[in-house]
Amino acid sequence: MYILSIVSIWIIPLLIGFILIYSVMKKTPAYESFVDGGKEGIKIAVSIIPFLVGMLVAITVFRASGALDFFVHLLRPVLDFLGVPSEIVPLALIRPISGNAALGIMSDILKVHGPDTFIGKLASTIQGSTDTTLYVLTVYFGAVGIKKMGDALKVGLLADLVGISAAIIIITWMFG
Amino acid sequence: MVNYIWIGMTLIGLVFAAINGKMKDVNEAIFQSANEAVTLCIGLISILVFWLGIMRIAQDSGLLDKFSRLFRPIIKRLFPEVPENHPAMGYILSNIIANMFGLGNAATPLGIKAMEQLKELNGGRPVASRSMITFLALNTSGLTLIPTTVIAIRMNYHSASPTEIVGPTLLATTIATIAAILIDRYYYYKRTRNGVK
Repeated sequence: MYILSIVSIWIIPLLIGFILIYSVMKKTPAYESFVDGGKEGIKIAVSIIPFLVGMLVAITVFRASGALDFFVHLLRPVLDFLGVPSEIVPLALIRPISGNAALGIMSDILKVHGPDTFIGKLASTIQGSTDTTLYVLTVYFGAVGIKKMGDALKVGLLADLVGISAAIIIITWMFG
Repeated sequence: MVNYIWIGMTLIGLVFAAINGKMKDVNEAIFQSANEAVTLCIGLISILVFWLGIMRIAQDSGLLDKFSRLFRPIIKRLFPEVPENHPAMGYILSNIIANMFGLGNAATPLGIKAMEQLKELNGGRPVASRSMITFLALNTSGLTLIPTTVIAIRMNYHSASPTEIVGPTLLATTIATIAAILIDRYYYYKRTRNGVK
């Protein structure tokens, strides 16, 4: 647990330092590369605006109308038994389906509960530790024309389940 | 699928609002949340520009390539069907490395290239081969070293420690990846036992 928090603080600065030193050793124009790559970042940020607007509006409507409370109430006995906070359910369900939609739900959770709460940390970890199975499957197989995907979807979704469970267990263990 | 979820959430929400008499709240919420979404994306620009800039330095200086070579022995074991010097190997490796550093957009074209090569190795048939399923399993379990976007959003909501979740994320992603490989292997042996390849 202690080691994990040390890693959390040190890994990024160390990595940046290492990348810069390596670039100096190789005598590559680091600043030009940085600016080039950075332009890509602006493109990405702008291109996810429609996804976030769409999803956040839908989620807010769902929440403000009282619909979310109603469904969470139905699920509560099962979740309480498992020790899972019910607020995390929408994120866990959408994460394998759409990365951008999950991003919208995660930021909504951080806004409502705060990023440093148990639920906030849990949502951040779930978002960071699995990828969008359906997207990867559609894009990769679609692009090269694979029609029979075999066990790929099953394997991907089961791995998602493990990843989300692992996130819940780890966060409960570290911060619960 | 996302389409149905999105429409479903909105329509169910509208129906509930009508029943609960919360139409006024919903009305306000729509415009406020749209506004918040845009603000959020603008806030993401800073960290995305910074991180993708740093990663481009790593790419241009050859560090990413070097890193790929480090992982070659492991990848060789995961994809026993792929010949060692086949181009597929290079694409698979660079895709995985790009994913680890949170370069989603850079990872996608590399992943598609890898798939193309794997399809060729499989005789060009439109059927997923063993290696393709393994490759997808690795991708969907989302190996991440730095969850850039998550950190950015945490900063946006004034987290006291935005990077606090890097350690737990690393641990969870490692477990998910190991599980993905094991599940993939399990289904592979199940397939071969049944005589389907």
